Amino acid sequence: MDAVVTAFGLVFQPYVVVVILLSAIYGLFVGAIPGLTATMATALLVPVTFFMPPVPAVASIVTATAMAIFAGDIPSALLRMPGTPASAAYTDEAFLLTKKGQAELALGSGLVFSVLGGIFGVLVLIVAAPALAEVALKFSSFEYFWLVMLGFTCAVFIAGSDPLKGVVSLLLGLLVACVGLENPAGAPRYTLGNAELTGGIPMIPLMIGMFAVSEVLRFASTVDKPAMAIDRPFGNVFAGMWGLVKKYPLQLIRGSALGTLVGALPGAGADIASWMSYGMSKKFSKEPEKFGTGHVEGIVESGAANNSALGGAWIPALVFGIPGDSITAIVIGVLYLKGMNPGPTLFVQNPQNIYAVFIVFILAQILMLPLGWMAIKVAKQILRIPASVLMPLILLFCVVGSFAINNSMFGVIVMLVAGVLAFFMERWGFPVAPTILGVVLGTMLEEHFFSSLIKADGNFLVFFERPIAGTLGALTLLIWFAPLWRRVLRRQRVEAAA
Amino acid sequence: MQRTDRRVGIGLALLGLTVLWSARSFPSVPGQKLGAGFLPMIVGAGLLLCALALAARSLRAAAYAGAVDAAEARREHFGSSLVIIATVVVYILFAERVGFLFIAPVCLVAIFLALRVKLSHALLWAIGGTLIVHVAFYKLLRVPLPWGVLRPLY
Repeated sequence: MDAVVTAFGLVFQPYVVVVILLSAIYGLFVGAIPGLTATMATALLVPVTFFMPPVPAVASIVTATAMAIFAGDIPSALLRMPGTPASAAYTDEAFLLTKKGQAELALGSGLVFSVLGGIFGVLVLIVAAPALAEVALKFSSFEYFWLVMLGFTCAVFIAGSDPLKGVVSLLLGLLVACVGLENPAGAPRYTLGNAELTGGIPMIPLMIGMFAVSEVLRFASTVDKPAMAIDRPFGNVFAGMWGLVKKYPLQLIRGSALGTLVGALPGAGADIASWMSYGMSKKFSKEPEKFGTGHVEGIVESGAANNSALGGAWIPALVFGIPGDSITAIVIGVLYLKGMNPGPTLFVQNPQNIYAVFIVFILAQILMLPLGWMAIKVAKQILRIPASVLMPLILLFCVVGSFAINNSMFGVIVMLVAGVLAFFMERWGFPVAPTILGVVLGTMLEEHFFSSLIKADGNFLVFFERPIAGTLGALTLLIWFAPLWRRVLRRQRVEAAA
Repeated sequence: MQRTDRRVGIGLALLGLTVLWSARSFPSVPGQKLGAGFLPMIVGAGLLLCALALAARSLRAAAYAGAVDAAEARREHFGSSLVIIATVVVYILFAERVGFLFIAPVCLVAIFLALRVKLSHALLWAIGGTLIVHVAFYKLLRVPLPWGVLRPLY
């Protein structure tokens, strides 16, 4: 209880409250501009959070990302361009509502169900994370090894559309993680005689490159410019929302639950949660024929899902140090920088910091209602700011931010290489999320593999002997071999039919 | 995409072979058969296998050619992207010598012009943006941005 009181004290300080408010405005702005994603917002925040104490640093990321995911709905409805990839699933639906003269319904449902979904995700986080941490305290290297493997497996086989390319992305990430001295033998790997490479590839400039610089390059290479679909002042965006809650309670709960679950799966975040929820909403709808004509039901369900995914993604990140999505991959880097090393001991040693994160999460959802409403009011002005002016300024921010982490130009070089790599990966259909997971978890994988190997004295069967490790291992192998098994079954069926 | 996949496959195969070859030279953990070369070996072998699978798949898919590639159908031009990359390279090479306050606006103007922003607006945004970033990072966050030629005056 003392820890909860301390946590309230940590959050409700003028400095932290101002940071939260500024981050909220920043998140809304970034989310509302097409081409600037919530992950990019996080990556750009990191150089600034570098200079803050732990609680405001994490608070700024939590607030900015929650706001950005909602704000992505604004240009979806007005320009038919998702502000962030998490809104892409229902962009057409929202835009068609606007075309029908119901922009208020599109934007209002986006806002209200983002808040409700977000609160659902946070409540699950608050209940599940400490409970999981209790269990995780008993974990040995065997469980951690399989958890990391399961994380990789989810990112490649469940989150991605092309597992083969997902594996390549993951291997590239693991290769990046190999660089430096941090390996079981303490030998320099791929350091090329460079002193800075002995410490490994710096994580933050890498993330800034992969999530921000790549977006700037992508913007520069596309030509299309959208047109605004509304030319009148907005009415009351909250009108009829209570009616929607009463009409679609199941959709709200289903979207929020699926979003939280998908968020908690490593490698899959708000965007995948949103697509899956939209599909599910259409499948179980009583009026599936209305989908794609400007129908609000899909927005209710997937709007709730993408915000609940944010909270879900923090569960494995805080408890095991395994990121649930790209945002938490960056967050884990920040937590290490701030001495809040993720893992079950964080809940024992620093519970006040964890409770402070939970409080900020709830606060961000509550703040989203008034601030989101204000963002909608000024949306047309925000969207008039030409991206061709913003992008170069963002690039300058990336360059200086990457430099600021170690006050070294090496960070800028890493940023540029990572940005160009991510740009081409996206163009060639290779997902970036598994790469990030490989980079973040590569060292952890190697460390736990070798400790397990020494304990097992070279006998691989020991990896399956402990009950949880065995279950996780079996689950991992099951996901690996399921496609093969399905193919064999299909072939047998075809042969039988012939 | 199939042709790209094949080319990427060749690149990945070469990378995989290089990683495999390099992994041989890493020492093992004392008392263990495996060591620092184990993970690179897995990565190298994995890349090689994936490259082969990618090439095989693209060759098979080429038989069903005709589908329009989404990435190729999008309207794109890479001139501006190249200017951006070149500008960052110039910044990396010359920022220490020339100084942030000089090189940042020059780089910004180059990118603004590549993105077809009017010259007058470009100059205004470049100078304004540089000053804001300088104040935020140098003054407030105390990041030692390079002074370059202005060092004697500062």
